[in-house]
Amino acid sequence: MTLAEMSFVLPDLRPAAAEIFLLVMACAILLIDVFSKNPKRTMTFVLTQVTLLCCVFITFATSSAEITYTFSNMFVDDLMADFLKLLLYLTVLVVMFYSRAYMLERAPHATGEFFALTLFATLGMMVMISANHFVTVYLGLELLSLSLYAMVALNRDSVQATEAAMKYFVLGALASGLLLYGMSMIYGATGTLEITGVAERLAMGVANKTVLTLGLVFLVAGIAFKLGVVPFHMWIPDVYHGAPTAVTLLIGSAPKLAAFAIVMRMLVNGLIVLAVDWQQMLIILSVLSMAIGNLAAIAQTNLKRMLAYSAISHMGFMLLGIVTGVVGGDARYALNAYSSAMFYVVTYVITSAGTFGMILLLARSGFESDQLDDFKGLNKRSPWFAAIMMMLMFSMAGVPFFVGFFAKLSVLQAVVAAGYMWLAIAAVIFSLIGAYYYLRVVKLMYFDEPTDTSPIDAPFDIKLLMSANGLAVAVLGIFPQALMSLCAYSLLRSL
Amino acid sequence: MDMKSLYLLVPMAPLVGAIIAGLFCRIIPRWVAHTATIAGVAIAFITSIVIFKDVMAGNTFNGAVYQWLTSGDYKFEVGFLIDSLTVTMMLVVTSVSLMVHIYTIGYMQEDPGYNRFFSYISLFTFSMLMLVMSNNFMQLFFGWEAVGLVSYLLIGFWYTRPTAIFANMKAFLVNRVGDFGFILGIGLVLAHFGSLDYATVFQKAPEFANVTINIWGSSEWSLMTVTCILLFIGAMGKSAQVPLHVWLPDSMEGPTPISALIHAATMVTAGIFMVARMSPLFELSTTALSFVIVIGSITALFMGFLGIIQNDIKRVVAYSTLSQLGYMTVALGASAYSVAIFHLMTHAFFKALLFLGAGSVIIGMHHDQDIRNMGGLRKYMPITWITSLIGSLALIGTPLFAGFYSKDSIIEAVKFSNIPGSGFAYFAVMAGVFVTAFYSFRMYFLVFHGEERFGKAHDDHGHAAHDAAAHTKSAHDDHAGHGDHDGDHDDEEVSHDHHHGLAPGQKPHESPWVVTLPLVLLAIPSVIIGFIGVGPLVFGDYFKMTIPGTNGIPVIFIDNAAHPAMAEFATHFHGAAAMAMHAFSTAPFWLALSGVALSWFFYMKRPDIPAAIKARFEWLYTVLDNKYYFDKFNEAFFAGGARMLGKGLWKGGDVAVIDGTINGSARLVGWVASAVRCFQTGHIYSYAFTMIIGLVVLMTLWVVRA
Amino acid sequence: MLTLSHFLILGAILFSIGVVGIFLNRKNLIVLMMAIELMLLAVNMNFVAFSHYLGDLSGQVFVFFILTVAAAESAIGLAILVVLFRNLQTIHVDDLDSLKG
Repeated sequence: MTLAEMSFVLPDLRPAAAEIFLLVMACAILLIDVFSKNPKRTMTFVLTQVTLLCCVFITFATSSAEITYTFSNMFVDDLMADFLKLLLYLTVLVVMFYSRAYMLERAPHATGEFFALTLFATLGMMVMISANHFVTVYLGLELLSLSLYAMVALNRDSVQATEAAMKYFVLGALASGLLLYGMSMIYGATGTLEITGVAERLAMGVANKTVLTLGLVFLVAGIAFKLGVVPFHMWIPDVYHGAPTAVTLLIGSAPKLAAFAIVMRMLVNGLIVLAVDWQQMLIILSVLSMAIGNLAAIAQTNLKRMLAYSAISHMGFMLLGIVTGVVGGDARYALNAYSSAMFYVVTYVITSAGTFGMILLLARSGFESDQLDDFKGLNKRSPWFAAIMMMLMFSMAGVPFFVGFFAKLSVLQAVVAAGYMWLAIAAVIFSLIGAYYYLRVVKLMYFDEPTDTSPIDAPFDIKLLMSANGLAVAVLGIFPQALMSLCAYSLLRSL
Repeated sequence: MDMKSLYLLVPMAPLVGAIIAGLFCRIIPRWVAHTATIAGVAIAFITSIVIFKDVMAGNTFNGAVYQWLTSGDYKFEVGFLIDSLTVTMMLVVTSVSLMVHIYTIGYMQEDPGYNRFFSYISLFTFSMLMLVMSNNFMQLFFGWEAVGLVSYLLIGFWYTRPTAIFANMKAFLVNRVGDFGFILGIGLVLAHFGSLDYATVFQKAPEFANVTINIWGSSEWSLMTVTCILLFIGAMGKSAQVPLHVWLPDSMEGPTPISALIHAATMVTAGIFMVARMSPLFELSTTALSFVIVIGSITALFMGFLGIIQNDIKRVVAYSTLSQLGYMTVALGASAYSVAIFHLMTHAFFKALLFLGAGSVIIGMHHDQDIRNMGGLRKYMPITWITSLIGSLALIGTPLFAGFYSKDSIIEAVKFSNIPGSGFAYFAVMAGVFVTAFYSFRMYFLVFHGEERFGKAHDDHGHAAHDAAAHTKSAHDDHAGHGDHDGDHDDEEVSHDHHHGLAPGQKPHESPWVVTLPLVLLAIPSVIIGFIGVGPLVFGDYFKMTIPGTNGIPVIFIDNAAHPAMAEFATHFHGAAAMAMHAFSTAPFWLALSGVALSWFFYMKRPDIPAAIKARFEWLYTVLDNKYYFDKFNEAFFAGGARMLGKGLWKGGDVAVIDGTINGSARLVGWVASAVRCFQTGHIYSYAFTMIIGLVVLMTLWVVRA
Repeated sequence: MLTLSHFLILGAILFSIGVVGIFLNRKNLIVLMMAIELMLLAVNMNFVAFSHYLGDLSGQVFVFFILTVAAAESAIGLAILVVLFRNLQTIHVDDLDSLKG
């Protein structure tokens, strides 16, 4: 190729417009924050919120029912990506709303950075969601992870927070090492780094099976770390516990959407030929997660830690939807199974955001409100928020007519349709065990005497949003069909 | 507005009322609570009338109004089936509920739980409407459980009373037994028909008439028989049929409006409605029908006997409800579904009337419920007196009154029935007529006529009832005579109310208009509805319209070849007036009359006779007083058996055994939980090691093995 | 003659040393970071080897990304380390155990 033949073709930027916009804005906000004198960081906060709202608009505007590839097939824009990104913006928006007062209280010097880092993390998640290439997956993942490491340590005088950050960092690095090793093996076996390319090469059946399987094991381990399923879950309790609650709220909500997306991209889109193998691996991880997550949660006294174990068990449950997509080479139920997992993840994120938001709502200066005992007698202090928390707990426990129930039901239905009766029974048993610790919170709120009778002093807008979040769990329980159809439709157009 | 939104409006209007009264029960004033709920129910009632007219014009409906969730192949839908049966139930439920709502304003005016109560009864109305309007088993079951839940909440409404808590616990547990059968039945339907839609199931039912299933061993059971009996067990729980009837008398612990609405007029008839709805299934199994008729006739007769010896005004009515539910069940067993529904309807009105009348008496007596402390009330409470008399006359089947047409139809239908057990059933319903008349008028005479016994017995508290009995030499005096009181809550009931009742010299007074208005409004249908209804409902085409969505299956399906009772009965019907005229020459009329006469003679003329009889037949009285020992049996056999088993395990096995069985699972979970915590050591290297172990295990399983 | 498997085995050995370094090292957090770096370099070795034998450049491009990200990662890791040392006055791995259970 001579120099003259080289031509520079600008890639189609439209599908990535939201990412580009967010990147520009995040950098700008970082700079603006440096020069901002306002101790309340109002400017930074408003700008981040506006940025996210603009992203909502851009994603809507550029959305189409077609699958579009750009940047030499490294980046994909389909309905699943659009749907997950919209939910992502919404979650991050809510997270920042909940977090602002808390962060100003605890790390006033770093609140601006908190917003900027949240935007970078969001960008990372968006890249993950739209990744169609191992490099894109890796870059998105690292952008997310590095932002989160820094955010966990943001409260730099806290011993717990820095310890959590260090643990998260080391284990996260180990996990990305595993993921990369897996990617290198799959690259070696198939000769391409493009996810759709991998699928094509595998379908041709030329790959070396041993190298491929080795790569698959490492890949699954890396993804499992991101999802936080046993035995790659060890970071979850410590990080959730040690991180400032605002950061826990972020870690515990939005990244689950991105993790779901990379499962869909890498395992389902890329390695569907190996479905039998990775489904069996994930079944093991899923059962272990439900067992250990639910059991360990019972023994906790710290609510954040309890919710960390609960997150492990929920991700285990969600995986049940992923592992039942292909049954004996028959992908008839795939759409149903994957959309049930997606529905599960979406509802989990909504509920989880509400639960951590409630801890933030009750926290005030010098008081974290993250012990179970801090919720004693909440009904006497504020019947309304006790009711909201009860709805959230009921939804997490899967009590009928809250959205969590339908999420569990649809996943279980997929499991039964795939013929894994024992798996469904195990899932139900572990959920019943799990219901115990959620209901314990309800019991504490309603039947115990408060140890602390101070009224709840949170800004009105946060109270309002919190109420909306709690009610969403109840309303979605009454009208789950719309959300469920959206999940199914976006997947139908993307698979 | 199109009909579909009207259908939706019927259950939703009470729900909105319930939400307003319930969610804001602490902040809204009382008038908002009752206005909102009454408006909701009134809207539902008026809409039901509109729908009734529409159905009469031939517009039936069967379909989903809201798709809740599609999950794989299953659909969870909220669907309505609107036909003549549904619309009849809707009218009964909404009209009685409306009366009860109005009545409650007066009855509960001093109660601190006023708003909560309105919320509950509206919620009940919603649940009951969802139950009757359902077009599938799933929604039926949800409605079934929801009415059970509200009933449970309302029996324990006065949750500070231990007896109320005991009663609602009992109702809850006994109903679980029934529900267990019910859900098994639904499961069988789903397993074999692959659908829970009524229309689909009914359509497919004939194909399954000869299918047998293997339950245990090698014995083959007819699928339809097993399914129908299981479904009927659900009905037995809800409609209080022997032996699952024990909760209903105790449910009288709840406030009286509830007894009228839930435990007489509507919820307890859900079982009857369900069997009638399922007539295309039940018609396929003569065995199941035979089971139904035998259970029904036992309930009808033996529960009537118990009414004779009760002294609590509400309990007398409660036992009469049990007995009447038995009549309806007998009608179902005789394939006279339309008659059962007809009796359900007339009964709803006159029994609600009787209960509300009793409630009015209770208000007048300042919450004293013991009929031995009453007497001569007709002077003080004229409206209550007249309406109660109408209710009683309707109940005993006086010609031209509502109860006459429905009850006589049952007796006639049973006479023509040929299924096994119908002979006994005929005897039971005939004897039941006499018994019903006797206890109804015993109560009537003791309350409204004779000597004024109130205001005497309450000079001190404590066992007021005993004193009253001793003073008045009333028929059923001292329980002290056989000091066996456990399981018998009458005494507790009287004594825990000892601060109620009339003070010496105080006179009862007529209740306010909000109480008497519903009495009058209920008295009207109690008189006329039988005369109007008997023609079209029982013999006409009312229930012969096709269930929408099926291939010509009528609303009430009767296999005339196998069960010809109704067809034969129809040939003997020559109009409502002729039926009433004919009654004077039939046995039931004279039996009822002699029952009334005997009670007059015993309780008005010679009160010493019942006392003498009681002394003479001490053993019989003891049996009745202990309600045939059903409670004792349950207490000794089930509760005691469970305790014995526990004790045996405790004594027989060692601590490890009991750990393993009872506390074990909880303790095991706790132990595992703390063990799991130990893995989380806090050290980075052990975390990393765990991850690597996981990785190595996966590698071993997949890479090395392959 | 060097074959692909030589490179792969070298990569595997380096990777294993890195991994083992993470969970065997109980003293110094800095050594831990070095172990992480070693793991990533092992992966790079794999990529380059595959890229060469497959005749496909994208693997080598990936290596540059990994190197860059690893640098950023180290920066963040060291920053956390500094904060940690300020709080605990130690960088012993063993002392990081206040969060557990």
